Amino acid sequence: MSDSSSYYLNQFKRSLLIVKKNVKVYYSKGPVIIFGVVLPMFLFLAYFIGRNISLHEAFPGLLGMTVFFSSTSVGPTIAPWESRLKTLERLICSPISLWSIFLGDVLSSFLFGFLISLIPLILGLILEVAFINYFLIVGVLILGTMCFSAFSILLSAYPPSDMPSTIMMLTSLIRFPLIFISGVFAPLSALPSWGIILSSISPLTYFVDLTRVALGGGNYYPLYLDLIILAVVGVLFFIVAVSIHKHTILKRFS
Amino acid sequence: MRNAIEVVNVSKSFGAIKAVDNVSFTVKEGEIFGFLGPNGAGKTTTMRMITGLIKPDSGVIRIFGVDILRDHIKAKQLMGILPEMSNAYIDLSAWDNLMLVGGLYGVPKKICEERGERLLKQFKLFDRRNQLVKGFSKGMKQRLLVCMALIHEPILLLLDEPTSGLDVESTILIREVLKKLNENGVTVFITTHNMDEASRLCERVAIMHHGKIIVTDTVDNVRDKTERFKILEVIFDKAADFTELASLSVNGDFNVSGERVRVVVEDVDSVVNRIVDYARNNSIRIISLNTLSPSLEEAFIKLTGS
Ligand SMILES: Nc1ncnc2c1ncn2[C@@H]1O[C@H](COP(=O)(O)OP(=O)(O)O)[C@@H](O)[C@H]1O
Ligand SMILES: [Mg+2]
Repeated sequence: MSDSSSYYLNQFKRSLLIVKKNVKVYYSKGPVIIFGVVLPMFLFLAYFIGRNISLHEAFPGLLGMTVFFSSTSVGPTIAPWESRLKTLERLICSPISLWSIFLGDVLSSFLFGFLISLIPLILGLILEVAFINYFLIVGVLILGTMCFSAFSILLSAYPPSDMPSTIMMLTSLIRFPLIFISGVFAPLSALPSWGIILSSISPLTYFVDLTRVALGGGNYYPLYLDLIILAVVGVLFFIVAVSIHKHTILKRFS
Repeated sequence: MRNAIEVVNVSKSFGAIKAVDNVSFTVKEGEIFGFLGPNGAGKTTTMRMITGLIKPDSGVIRIFGVDILRDHIKAKQLMGILPEMSNAYIDLSAWDNLMLVGGLYGVPKKICEERGERLLKQFKLFDRRNQLVKGFSKGMKQRLLVCMALIHEPILLLLDEPTSGLDVESTILIREVLKKLNENGVTVFITTHNMDEASRLCERVAIMHHGKIIVTDTVDNVRDKTERFKILEVIFDKAADFTELASLSVNGDFNVSGERVRVVVEDVDSVVNRIVDYARNNSIRIISLNTLSPSLEEAFIKLTGS
């Protein structure tokens, strides 16, 4: 094995240790459960109950909301918590590069989002929501959850706060508007043209659109475009997040 | 003999504050090197640059010849680090904390478990290994952090005020282990504002003040130099014009408050005689006369007139 490939392999192994640590330490924290599990559930019930729509119609929105909230609930809290409880300096002193640490954070956010999102997916299967392609829906779920997980660590990059609850509040200020412009509550094709333009800035739009493909139609963009946009945007989120964290991380030690 | 740490012309500012100002020193392999200085001197900032946490504004730092900026992963692998005011994960057990750090340094699982058991026993934490760190006392937490710094058997150990505010038992335990490790060839770099600790442990010390290194020498030499100087404190029966006495100070350090006068002196005998003459000539009485030994840092700070 070449030097550089063993370097990357070692760093990746260390990212997985970060994941293990995050699972044990952060999954059970209050704000994570509230913003990641309870909130999307209530939002969906508020939207679904008392309206005359089929689960088939509502499903893309349900899945989109769950994926988006659950995969952005672990990521933003990690950095503030590590600064607050003074575990960050010790971590950065070890032979692990910053990108491996944040890759671990993204992966643990991903794992949480993926597991929680399996609930509506399985519920949909039981209630016989008709998917035309099971591989596609699982693939889309993975891609979307990855993209939003990368987004989630961008959310904690600035300001470099050591208050998890502050970051969760700021994060919600960004997450809620995105939910409303992403075709969660109505398909894109039903929106006026300004609504389409507005919705195109939200990555969640492309995820919900993809879910419609897997449900056999009603999508606005072609399949390949949705896939490419989610993948590229996810990578960009990660690169931008790590470079901002690189600059703000010093402010986290005092 | 190799150089464990080389710091060459390193500076670091935070805004207008020059935290570290053109500092150079070398720590040789196999020694215990003390880094002394009052609060705010710049010790932690220097340590953070050595451990690759902060980039210096200028200068070079090498760990066993490895430039920390060029290859920080390789340099970090050589060091065991105990940062100032750091913490283990309180929601993990002592054991999980230790295994996490071992893994981050690439220690194979089996070896990590063997070492973990040995270290926890040595630091009297083995019985509590499965409990969450949340319930640990400050001393136990600090002992665990030392274990975490040792799990990959580093050849260089850096500790930032490891015994500050700690209970006596933990302090003694940590010092003993440092001594023993050093006998086995581990180089130790220790930051402290406690001179007593430095003189017990270290062969050489550097004293830092206002971002600059005032002196780097063996503990014995530093002590010899500083023991030449005493602070002489005289209390007279009434306040008077004491300016005449200012010339007695060897470094210009002269302090009057009411009837009390303090001067830094070298030759106690001649100064005392002159003070007695002064009192007689001005018909005031001496109430008390004391010599105080300045701490090492105090002495050096006074001598350099800063
Ligand atoms: N992250 C930081 N931002 C701004 N100023 C800092 C920072 N870290 C240290 N300083 C300043 O640098 C100086 C040296 O601090 P430090 O290295 O912590 O000293 P010591 O460890 O000797 O007590 C102090 O004046 C401190 O206020
Ligand atoms: Mg300090």
